[in-house]
Order: sequence, then C-alpha cells, then structure tokens
Amino acid sequence: MGVTDDPELDPELDPELAPRLESDSAATPPARRVGGVLRRSPLLAVVIFVGGACGTLVRAALETAAPAAPAGVPWTTLVINVVGSLLLGLLLESLTRTGPDEGWRRTARLGLGTGVLGGFTTYSTFAVETVGRLTPQTMAVGLSYAVGSVVLGVAAAAVGYRLARRVLGRAPVSGQAG
Amino acid sequence: MTTVLIALAGGAGALTRFVTDGAIARRNRLRMPVGTVVINVTGSLLLGLLTGLFALSGGDSSGAALKAVIGTGFCGGFTTFSTASVESMRLWAAEGRTAGIGYAAATLVLSVAAAAAGLGIGHLLA
Repeated sequence: MGVTDDPELDPELDPELAPRLESDSAATPPARRVGGVLRRSPLLAVVIFVGGACGTLVRAALETAAPAAPAGVPWTTLVINVVGSLLLGLLLESLTRTGPDEGWRRTARLGLGTGVLGGFTTYSTFAVETVGRLTPQTMAVGLSYAVGSVVLGVAAAAVGYRLARRVLGRAPVSGQAG
Repeated sequence: MTTVLIALAGGAGALTRFVTDGAIARRNRLRMPVGTVVINVTGSLLLGLLTGLFALSGGDSSGAALKAVIGTGFCGGFTTFSTASVESMRLWAAEGRTAGIGYAAATLVLSVAAAAAGLGIGHLLA
C-alpha cells in the first residue's frame, strides 16, 4: 500500500534495509527487490498477513451483523471506511512523530496500518455497493454514498493527523530531519 | 469454516497489496501513489465480476461461500479505503487541493467504472 512509499520519508520501500538493497539493486528487477525485503524479514509478511486477516474478520463480522439495505445507504461500510481512515491517519502521524520508520515502529505501521486497517477498510465493496445504487430510482443514494464516503474519509484522515499532532506536538522528533 | 477462510483470504489480500504496491512504487515516476489506485481498481473489477457471476445463481450455498471468501476476504483485504483517504489528504497537503481532490476523484470514478464493468461481464458469463 502507498503508506509504504511515503514521499516524505524515503523512496526506498524499506529505509532500514536500503543500504543492503542498493548493493544488489542494479542486478535485480524492482518486483524481485520488493520480494527481497520480505525474504530478508519474513516476519514482516507474517505481521501483514495476520493483521490483514484480523481486519478482514472484524469487517466481515460487522457486515454480517448489520448488512446493507438493498436500496439504502450502506452505513456499515461507510462507518468502517471512515473510522479506518481516521485511525490510519492517527497511526501514521503518531509513528512519524515519535521516531524513524524502523524496528517496532515499522512493524506497527505494517501490521496495524497495512495489515489491520488495510484489511478492515475496503474499496471494492464500496465500489460495488455504489454501482448497485446508481439506478434511476436510487441515483441520489448512490451519488451521496460515493461522494460522501470519499469526502468523509479524507476529512477523517486529516482529523487523525491533527489529533496525533495535537497530542504529540508539532515538531518532528526525528533528529536528522530537523 | 467459511469465516476462517475469509480471514485467511483477507490476510493474503493484504500481503498481495503490500507486494503489488511496492512493485509499482519502484517503477512509478509520477508524484502520485499510483499503486493504491491500481489495487483499488483491479480489486473493484474482481469483486464486481464475482458479484455479477453469483447474483443470478441464486442462494446456492457453495457459490455464496466462494463469493464471501474471494470477495469479502481477498478483495476486501486487497483493496483499501483508508490508504486512499490518507494519500488524498497527503497529496492535498503536499501538492495542493487540485491534486488531492483529483486523486480521490480519479480513484472513485475508475473503481466504480471497474466494478460496473465487472458486474456487466459477470452477468454475461453467469
């Protein structure tokens, strides 16, 4: 997920392993180098997998407990996606504010961010639910659901960021970044 | 049993997303995180296809279970709404409002179009 290539941090997927990756980067195509990160730290694959499974499980349980009405607003997916966006904004900014993306912080970002929150939220269900409501009779519901979800999601992510900044302070902790 | 398979498929989806996004990010020369867009569009296409395929097959329980495992599990774990939100917000902050809104709108329109195409193809094949 894009969180792994934070433009504010480093173009390399994994800053901690970057020096080692550079040594063989010329010989190996990009896709193999990504696989290389997981080969060198196979635990990361487990962390992402388990996180994704947990997030998916919670989403599936919520969708089963409160299924969407066929022609109505799919509130369960909406709440899942907006809450997940807020939590991801909060998580990523909290981690960035407290130190470099390595060690337990990187494990937390990949396990909780890429895994749990990535698995918890869903774009595919959102898109299919939207299509199902873009009929002449339910056009207003479909359009409100589509635009409303995206607007609320981005706003929630921004709230999460600000919350982290408010609690942890504005200045980045990372020494070398100043 | 289906619940366990859904969870495992979700884990596999998340891992596939991580590897796919990393592979695209290394080739990407744009200032936009294209990986998440590609992931959400292909995942929406796949879920649309599944939904279309199984919509007309009625309440067949094995079909419903397969749809739940691949659809709710894999597609749900593969695609991500939270990253799309955070990336739109970051683009807005770094590159301006137009970039942020454009990225969010492009993801939305392309994903919904892909889901519609998948549904259409699924209905045809069902």
